[in-house]
Amino acid sequence: MKHLEIRGLSSAYGSVRVLRDVSLDADKGEVVSLIGPSGSGKSTLLRVLIGLTPPTAGEVSIASERVNYRNRRSVKAVRDRMSIVFQQYNLFQNMTVLRNVTVAPIKIKKRPRAEAEANAMALLERVGMAERKDAYPDELSGGQQQRVAIARALATNPEILLLDEVTSALDPERVNEVLDTIRALTSEGITMLIVSHEMAFVREVSTRIAMMDEGRIVECGSPARIFDSPTKARTRDFVSKILKH
Amino acid sequence: MLEQIAEQIPLFFGYHNMVFILQAAGRTLGMTFVGCSVGFAFGFLIAVLRQTTLPVLFLPRLLGIAYVEIFRRIPFLVILFIVLFVIEPLMPGTSLFGIATVSVCLLSTAFLSEIIRSGLESVPMQQIEGATALNLSGLQTLFMVILPQSWKVILPPAAAFVVMFIKDTSLASQLGVIEMTFAGEMLVNRGFSPVLGFGVVLVCYFAMSYPLSRLAVRLEKRLEAS
Repeated sequence: MKHLEIRGLSSAYGSVRVLRDVSLDADKGEVVSLIGPSGSGKSTLLRVLIGLTPPTAGEVSIASERVNYRNRRSVKAVRDRMSIVFQQYNLFQNMTVLRNVTVAPIKIKKRPRAEAEANAMALLERVGMAERKDAYPDELSGGQQQRVAIARALATNPEILLLDEVTSALDPERVNEVLDTIRALTSEGITMLIVSHEMAFVREVSTRIAMMDEGRIVECGSPARIFDSPTKARTRDFVSKILKH
Repeated sequence: MLEQIAEQIPLFFGYHNMVFILQAAGRTLGMTFVGCSVGFAFGFLIAVLRQTTLPVLFLPRLLGIAYVEIFRRIPFLVILFIVLFVIEPLMPGTSLFGIATVSVCLLSTAFLSEIIRSGLESVPMQQIEGATALNLSGLQTLFMVILPQSWKVILPPAAAFVVMFIKDTSLASQLGVIEMTFAGEMLVNRGFSPVLGFGVVLVCYFAMSYPLSRLAVRLEKRLEAS
């Protein structure tokens, strides 16, 4: 049984079709990365999965449970099992680090405050941000904010974690601290979908890589296959251009 | 002229005049604060309504937009007369003060709604998407994420609006509400020096609006810090 199953998924912004008939699946604990040029639909795919952008066709199942994106309860159930970290660290600006991480467990999962805070502190410890628990997001660097955002995404115990270009907005010297944090998560049984332009990182942590272009998945396979012997010309072209510099 | 003023001062600041002026000031403040408080509440509702996308709320949303766009374009004096001529036959015996207060409510709802709306819209989309992805409901997102971040955008123009309205309520004197300006006029008609009468009116307006402005500045600073 596949943990995440995507069949024929399409989506459009107005008349612009940004996802065309995308099919992809992932076993439990698998790390699948999406690569491809800007505007190829990678981020849209993640947004559709978590219910921020409506699909126009296709189906998504999590552990064989079909998701109905037209139904609020079904979408809420998806978000209960899935978390996302955005490119622009969307930490709540009016809340401290600790409150950012505990707000969903307390308000949505109805956990007791003490328990939620203890759990949040453990997560902040893991991403190396425990000492800054009382800071506000604008007092932190981009990399620090992104690490808090990862802790916040993990606080609801997601089965599936979506990472949407989490290092793209960071200063180059902040990229590694975030990648290290993610690397440490890949062995924990959380199914991950990663959109990233960090090719060396993607190659290292992914079990499979999907190459996207113009809203379609061009090719999908092991990191070695995608990077060393891609079968599609588009993939070869993209990989060679990106690895050259 | 100065002699006349000096001569009138003891009489002018007598007990009855003072009560009269204080009552007038009370009416000015009453109209402004009751009107703007109600306006803030309804303005908030309309502003929030306009942020919703639910199809069921389409008609209320449309009515809200129409209300704001129409009432922002009507002069206060005209609203006063419309309210007067609508309420008089429907509810005879309504006080002029009541009519003026209702007029303030109508106008301030429209203006404050726009101020609140621009405040709500100043919060970046990413903040809302972050909340949505965490499963926060629309109301939770509004009260826990959007509002706390939009106060600093809403407060300065909202306070400026209220301060401005303290002055604009003087138009209610045209209806015969004995508020600050009309009180000054009446005192002058009783034979007091216009400089003295309106001078005191001026000081009263200042005394009413200045503390409010200061309060707004202090609140703003506190919000800035948080």
